[in-house]
Amino acid sequence: MARALINVPAKAKRGEVIAIKTLISHIMETGFRHSTTGQAIPRDIITTLVATYNGAEIFRAELSPAIAANPFLTFYTVATESGTIAFRWTGDNGYDVSEQATITVE
Amino acid sequence: MKRLSAALLLLVAAASALATEIPLAERRSSYETLSPETKAMQDDDTANPAMLWVLEGETAWSRKAGEANKSCADCHNDARETMKGAATRYPAFDEKRKTPVDLEGRINICRTEQQKAPALPYESRELLALSAFVARQSRGMPIESKDPRLKPFIDQGRTLFEARQGQLNLACSQCHDDNFGRKLAGIPMPQAHPTGYPVYRLEWQSLGSLQRRLRNCMIGMRAEFYPYGAPEYIALETYLMWRARGMNVESPAVRP
Amino acid sequence: MRQHNGTTRRDLLIGAGTIAGGIGLAGLVAVRPSEATPATMQEAIRKVVGEATVNKGKVKLDIPPLTENGNTVACGVSVDSPMTADSYVKAIHVFNEKNPQPNVISIQLGPRAGRAAITTRIRLADTQSVTAIAELSDGTFWSDSVEVIITLGACLEDPV
Repeated sequence: MARALINVPAKAKRGEVIAIKTLISHIMETGFRHSTTGQAIPRDIITTLVATYNGAEIFRAELSPAIAANPFLTFYTVATESGTIAFRWTGDNGYDVSEQATITVE
Repeated sequence: MKRLSAALLLLVAAASALATEIPLAERRSSYETLSPETKAMQDDDTANPAMLWVLEGETAWSRKAGEANKSCADCHNDARETMKGAATRYPAFDEKRKTPVDLEGRINICRTEQQKAPALPYESRELLALSAFVARQSRGMPIESKDPRLKPFIDQGRTLFEARQGQLNLACSQCHDDNFGRKLAGIPMPQAHPTGYPVYRLEWQSLGSLQRRLRNCMIGMRAEFYPYGAPEYIALETYLMWRARGMNVESPAVRP
Repeated sequence: MRQHNGTTRRDLLIGAGTIAGGIGLAGLVAVRPSEATPATMQEAIRKVVGEATVNKGKVKLDIPPLTENGNTVACGVSVDSPMTADSYVKAIHVFNEKNPQPNVISIQLGPRAGRAAITTRIRLADTQSVTAIAELSDGTFWSDSVEVIITLGACLEDPV
């Protein structure tokens, strides 16, 4: 699957509170499931999502196996200036994915 | 499972012996019985997990593959134009093979014959991505089933749909034609129209094809299921699409 | 997460699913071995809030009371806060009581958020209570809880 689907408004007014949506493909294997032969399937989840706005952290989430597969997370931030909103997902087995979006703030 | 079997037996005992097809005007997509949250998941392209596959399919569409080093785009150009309506007409009759092929089958025919690449395995990520991308281009368009060459396969599919099978001696029609709308294990029984395939099924936490869903049905009915690609699935798909003729494509849909 | 062995859970869910919401299910749910319990959840909450009191209010936990599939349940948390530099939500934590482990998600915010509201999709292994706790910049904790009924589709696939 495409790794991530991010929704950040392309334009915003200075001081406006904008909604950010993130969706990333990941199985989020809980570590609690067993195969039909009784073997435990090891945990494989995204553990953290960090979002930064021109380098400053604006959002951090610690995920658990209780987050559904293909984690969907939405949050808000104040549009302060034009620039880049960057997202980084990290997790088990060295998972490390980054994406970014640009925003123009008038 | 005992209580589920008992519930089902009571259900089928009460059902009439003859399956009656749903009148055309009474057909409804199970979209209508979804919770508001699940509907919202389907309707919002920025929140629908199936879009992850659609976007990958879009990339795969332009990727050159096989010994012929061709991409889908090389023959079919912009899918947004050329694939519009394609999914409304699948399974479609393949003149060479003298049998209908479904969308995944058609994609693999292109892979092997035009791109000279190996066929993509059933339910593989890339096959589902291409199928989701193509099907997405038909969203909102009515399903068509007019080809007279499909008739024997529609009839075969209807026979399979109405035949009792498995440990519960249950036919698809007994739930989906005769008892839709009633609850089974807390969930309303759908009419089972394939309007949204490939579908992001919450149970799978993944996208899957109509064949996978039919396989699930058969497992749930405690019947021996056919292998992927079996002619029985093609016949069932062909029948189900005919049964849903005129209903709008919702692909890629979200279902529980 | 979910284990496909035995009939107990399936029977349990059918029973739960056919009972209309509004009846407290705590008494009707048969006791089965579960790795998380209400006590485990309280312990997980204590780890986060320490000795502080958790007040009810300011927080709204939005989960549909009846859901079609426990694998993907829409979950929203919003906190009544001006989100200014002097008064803002520092963190939101969500806990559950019957999954194999009690944590759901922990979120760090700040005044830059503008609005203390998040949505996500969670897994709930069984009909249970979910609790959201907000930590404010003044050091106080606030919470909201929701009882969720989980139903189960009839025709499922075999496990992996």
